[in-house]
This record gives sequence, structure tokens and C-alpha cells, in this order.
Amino acid sequence: MNNSTISKKTISKRIEVLKTYKIYIGGQFPRSESGRFYDLIDEGGKKIANICLSSRKDFRDAVIAARNACSGWGNRAAFNRSQILYRMAEMLEGRKQQFIDELVQQGNSKSQGAKEVDLSIDRLIYYAGWCDKYQQLFSSVNPVASAHYNFSVPEPTGVVSIIAPQSSSLLGLVSVIAPVIAGGNTCVVLASEKNPLCAVTFAEVLNSSDLPAGVVNILTGKISELSSWFVQHMDVNATIYCETNHAIQKMIQEKSAGNVKRIQLYDKIDWNKSEGQSPYFIQNMQEIKTTWHPIEPIGSGSGGY
Amino acid sequence: MDKKMQTVLPKKKKNTLKLKFETTRSYAPALESTSAANIKPQYDLFINGKFEAPLSKKYFPTINPSNEEKLSEVAEANAADVDKAVKAATNAYEKVWKKMAAKERGKYIFRIARIIQEKARELAIIETLDGGKPIRESRDFDIPAAANHFFYYAGWADKLDYAFPNKRTESIGVAGQIIPWNFPLLMAAWKIAPALATGNTVVLKPAETTPLTALKLAEIIQEADLPPGVVNIITGGGATGVALVNHPEIKKIAFTGSTEVGKIILQTTAGTNKKLTLELGGKAANIIFEDAPLDEAVEGVINGIFFNQGQVCCAGSRLYVQESVAHTVIQKLKDRLESLIVGNPLDKNTDIGAINSRQQLQTIQKYLKIGKQEGAELYESPCALPKKGFWCRPTLFTNVAQSNRIAQEEIFGPVLAILTFRTDDEVIEKANNSPYGLSAGVWTDKGSKIFNMSKRLKAGVIWANTFNKFDPTSPFGGFKESGFGREGGLHGLLPYVNLINS
Repeated sequence: MNNSTISKKTISKRIEVLKTYKIYIGGQFPRSESGRFYDLIDEGGKKIANICLSSRKDFRDAVIAARNACSGWGNRAAFNRSQILYRMAEMLEGRKQQFIDELVQQGNSKSQGAKEVDLSIDRLIYYAGWCDKYQQLFSSVNPVASAHYNFSVPEPTGVVSIIAPQSSSLLGLVSVIAPVIAGGNTCVVLASEKNPLCAVTFAEVLNSSDLPAGVVNILTGKISELSSWFVQHMDVNATIYCETNHAIQKMIQEKSAGNVKRIQLYDKIDWNKSEGQSPYFIQNMQEIKTTWHPIEPIGSGSGGY
Repeated sequence: MDKKMQTVLPKKKKNTLKLKFETTRSYAPALESTSAANIKPQYDLFINGKFEAPLSKKYFPTINPSNEEKLSEVAEANAADVDKAVKAATNAYEKVWKKMAAKERGKYIFRIARIIQEKARELAIIETLDGGKPIRESRDFDIPAAANHFFYYAGWADKLDYAFPNKRTESIGVAGQIIPWNFPLLMAAWKIAPALATGNTVVLKPAETTPLTALKLAEIIQEADLPPGVVNIITGGGATGVALVNHPEIKKIAFTGSTEVGKIILQTTAGTNKKLTLELGGKAANIIFEDAPLDEAVEGVINGIFFNQGQVCCAGSRLYVQESVAHTVIQKLKDRLESLIVGNPLDKNTDIGAINSRQQLQTIQKYLKIGKQEGAELYESPCALPKKGFWCRPTLFTNVAQSNRIAQEEIFGPVLAILTFRTDDEVIEKANNSPYGLSAGVWTDKGSKIFNMSKRLKAGVIWANTFNKFDPTSPFGGFKESGFGREGGLHGLLPYVNLINS
């Protein structure tokens, strides 16, 4: 091998532009404030990318963004939320190939990857449709025995921290985020540690879908490092955990006592099947609010004392 | 010029007519007779359809908080007793209740409702004797509401297929239920009725200071011929509750009580797969806007904080009144406060009965002291209090700051903290600035404002131009640290079933 062949090859070959995978907080793509990263290695031992190793501080920043986005998103017209989820599906459809490529990079076959992306798009469409329908399903007008008008409606729980399914890169992520935001909540999601690529690229889809900044925040990093912060933060209202690790499940339930967090363990759900989608996933992150009002002119109501 | 104007203007007419019931006329005592109340000197544990002596061999007294006289003594269940009760419930679940046709299950629950109605007078008297609440409340609210709750859920038993679209329901197993002392029989009904309707069996622990109506309910359940073990009622204190929560055969826990204990339950059940419903504390904001019909609002505030001596988790204990009407409202409240009749709970005229226990009275007194130390102004009814028993005058605090402990923490007594506000946004900010979120009240004549407020208030129950209303068909439960899960209505079924894909 001589120097002239090396230089010839280098000159003639187009250098591929590698993608920097960053996290997604408040509609921005920062690196982890910690400056830390981990190596993502493919099955052949080749390095794919440097992935941000998010810190507790990144999580706290993300919670602030999610909290700030909460009332705006929750008060959007349900129809508008529906349109934005539909837009997310459109954007995903348009970037299908990129997701398939990333799934292949992470060890899937092409057909597996294509199937997963298709399912993910369909899942977004499914929940886009639910945005303005679950309320009627889960609300009620209550026939109370006194002269009052009384009704119950579901309202978003608030900020939800989510530890996404680890085995799937895209479908699991979409399946847990969609019902949470369809229901008017905002969230901070920890992507799959082993398969984080699609999560970051999905953030780019979100960013171009008219989804307000902060509604979905996506971090990459280690469950072992972050899970306890996900459930201890006092300004997070609920936590979703999708893995089967019993020690972590127990820790999450224990720490939920801090501010009586709502906990959902989605550890037995096959996201590839029809059981992976249902309006009951929306309901799990809703609070029922009941409102009373007298029917007769209030002046004529007896005081009770 | 200004000065001249002031002198020319007529003095603003004071728009309150002071009510002086005490001085103008006094009510003759109208005591409810206790002859209709049949209380045994001693009660055993209700396990497997029978009253059985406790393995602990221990009993503890239950007293009348209005005169500190002993009413009866009840068994103290230890861990072995709890185990016995849970085993009986498991056995009844597996062998009988799970397999029974739903409509037959429903008929048993209807029976219980009917017998409660038949025995309403006795139950009301015992509720008042054991808990200290005015007979008017136990007679007109607690007991009928308890019967209605059974009646309502009885009808659900064979209709569960209609409750959750596209899902089948499955019962869970044995439910361990722990209830508080403020509405003893009603809370028992809230817990037992939906559990039975959905096919579960029950071990219920009533509160230490108010076990008697639950034990009367056990007699009613016997009379209704409910299969043995379907409902077990065991008495005891905190240790009994701990044993119940920790029992491995319990599949579902329903708890109503303090947020503090609720958090302990969350910690101790972690990793066990037990389903939970928690109905915890509250610090409800009751908001009066300047356009509200003030007299009705004042009645509502009085009812909101003094109902059951304020020992209500959803009590309207924080009053936010718009600045422009604050002076008038506070004056009206003070006048109304003085007209409340405090005294013997058995007297049908009584508005305010006894505090449930010495311990609770001490808690309330602690907060009265804290309120004064923090600089709030205390105003209490000048009424005389009986010499024996546990009593607290209806009290309100003005000059309260949002950060004061009496505005932040649940007192669970007849103590109202009054704060003011100017704008909608300000009052929402203040009202929602609480770890609790059980209930809230809004008083205004403007419909759009009601909906604006009720949408933005973070609470599970919103009373608009009313307060402290309850109904079996109406879901009740909290946001945030006031707990999760709903009791009442269709939504009250969900905590007692597993949803299966159909």
C-alpha cells in the first residue's frame, strides 16, 4: 500500500455526514448539560453514535419545560390536539425511510423495521382520532337525588414521566407517548437505552408537527441512573414504567408516596398487538372532576342550618 | 373638596342584619331518646358470619365524646385475628361469592340497603352517641346516604358489562378496607357496596373511636343472610390496620384517612401488586366573588366548614373572598357564627356537636395556637361549652397569609381561614397552591365564570353555588395528594375490577 492510493481513495469518496444525536427539551435540541455520552455499538461491534447520557439536571429542566407547557396543551381544543397528532403521523410517514434505516442499524431486518414504522404511524392516527372522543366515553351526567345539575369529566393528570419500553426503539415510544398527550398531559420520556436512535429522530418529527414546545421532552440515558429521579420529582404527577424489573417497579411504587404520584406499570403489554392501543391508556392518565350546581334559583335553596 | 364630599355623603348603610337567636329567644331542648338504640356492653369481631371472641383476648372501650361516658367495649383484632378474617373472606370469595349469579349478588346488597332504612333511627342515634355529630346530621344525612349507596350499587351487580365499553370486568378478590371516624357508617357503605357489587369479598376495619355503627352493620349483614365470610368486620387501632394492609391474601386496599397514613400505605404495599384506592386529606378553597348572592354564599361557607364540626376531608376550610365584599362577608360570617347552636349532639336543635376524640381536639387546639402565633386574628363564637366531653367553638381566622400553616395544612375541625383576592387569576393561583386537591367551591352569579373557575381549579369535586353535597351516583375523590380512585357513580366501580379484553 502506498501513499498515493490512500490519498486517491480519500479524495474520490464522498464523506458521509454523521448525525449528532441530541436530547429534546422544551422544543430545543441541547446536548446533556453534563457533557457525558455513551457509545452506541451495533451487533457487529461497530460504533454507531455517541448518545447523550442525560443527567438529573437535564430531567429537572425537562420537567420545567413540561410544566410550563401543561396548561396551554391541556386547554387546547381537543380537535386541535387531534390535528396535531395527525400531523405527527404525516411527518413520520414522510420520514419513514430514515426510521427504517435506524432500525436496521440497531439490528432489525428491513421488513421488521418497515413493519414497526408502519405500526407506529397507524398508532398515532389511532390516538389522533381519540383526542376528541374519549371525553364522552369517560364522562357522565349523574342523576343525583337532589335539585342539582351534576356531571363528571376527565381532565389531564398533568406532567407524566415515562420510562419507555426498552426492547423497541420506535413503536414502544410512540405507544406510550401518544395516549398521554392525546389526553392533554405533557411528558418527559426516557428513551430505550439500547435502541435510542429512533427516539431522537422522533423528536425531530415532533418538532416539525406543530406540537408546542415542552409537551414532549425526550431524554437518552440510563434507567439505573434516572429512574428514581423520574418518580421522586415533586412537580411530576404520574410515572409510567414499561419494564419488568421488579426491584425498579418496587422502588417506583415506594417513592410515589412523596407526592402521591399516579403509577402505571405497563409490563405485560405487547405493543405489536391490538392490546397495545386502547382509550383506557388515555384514561389511566386522567383525573375525574365532578361539578355540582343547584338547579333551582340558589336564593331559594335551604341552607341546611 | 374631598373632605367636604365625605361629610356630605350619607353613611353607607350597613347591609347586615345581626341575628340574635340566643338573646331574643332560646330553643327548648329537643333531645332524641336513646331508648331506640340497642348497644351491647361488649362486641366481638365479625368473622365468617359470626361474632367471635378475639384471639388477642383484648377489648378496648368506645366512649361518647360529648360526655366521655363509656358506651361499650369492642374487640381489638391482632395479626392472628386479621389472618382469620382474611382467610374467611378468601374462602367466601373462592367458594361462593365469585361463582354466584350477579343478579343474586345484587339482591343481597338490596337487602342490606332495605334493612338500613328500616333501622335508620337506631343507627342515627348510635352514630351520634359514638361519634359526637349532631343527630340532625346523622338522621338526615349519614344514615340515609349510607342506605342509598347500597341501593345504588346493588343495581350495578348484574350490569357491569355495560360499564366499560369493549372490556369485560373481573373481580379482584379480597378487599381490605380501612375507614375514618368522621362518617363511620357512610364510609363503610362507600367501601362495602361497590366491592360486593363487583364480586369481591371484604374485610373492613372501622376507626378506633367509632366502631359501633359498623358492628350494627355486621348485625344487619347477618340479618340479610349474606353468605358467611363475604363481609368481615374487625375492630382495632393502627396496628390492626397495618396487619390488614400487609396481609398477603389481600388483593385490593381501599383507604380513607390522612395523607400521612396514605403515603405509608403506598410505601408498604410497593412491589406487592395490591390495587389501591386512597381518599386522603384536603384543604378546600371556597371562593366568593363580589357578584355572588352573599347571604347564600355565607350559608354555604358556614355549611362548608362547620358540617360535622369541620371534620370532613372536603371541608371548605380556606375561604377566598373578593376584596370588595370581604368586609361585608366577614361581618355576616361572624354574625352567623354566633347563631350556631353548640351542644348536646342528641338535641335536634344542635348545629355543632362534639369533637370526635380528645386527640383530635388537641390537634385543633394546636392549630388555633399556631394561627395566633402566625399573626392571624382569631374570632370565635362566644357560646358556652358543656363541661364534660370534647368541644371546640366555631372559629374563624382573618388576616391569614397564604403561607400560614392554618391556610396550608388540614386542621380537620371547625376552623375557617379567611383570605382575600382581587382577580380571577390571582385566586386560581392561590387556590391551586396546595398539595391537596379534593374539593373546591365557587360562589358567583355569572355562569361563564363558574365554568372558567371549575375548569381551572385542580380538585376532584367542584361545588358551584353550593357546598358539601354528596350522592351515590356522583363520583368523589381527589387530585394530587388528596389521593386517587373515585367512590360513587359508574367511576366508583373501576377501582374494584380488573378490565379484561373481551
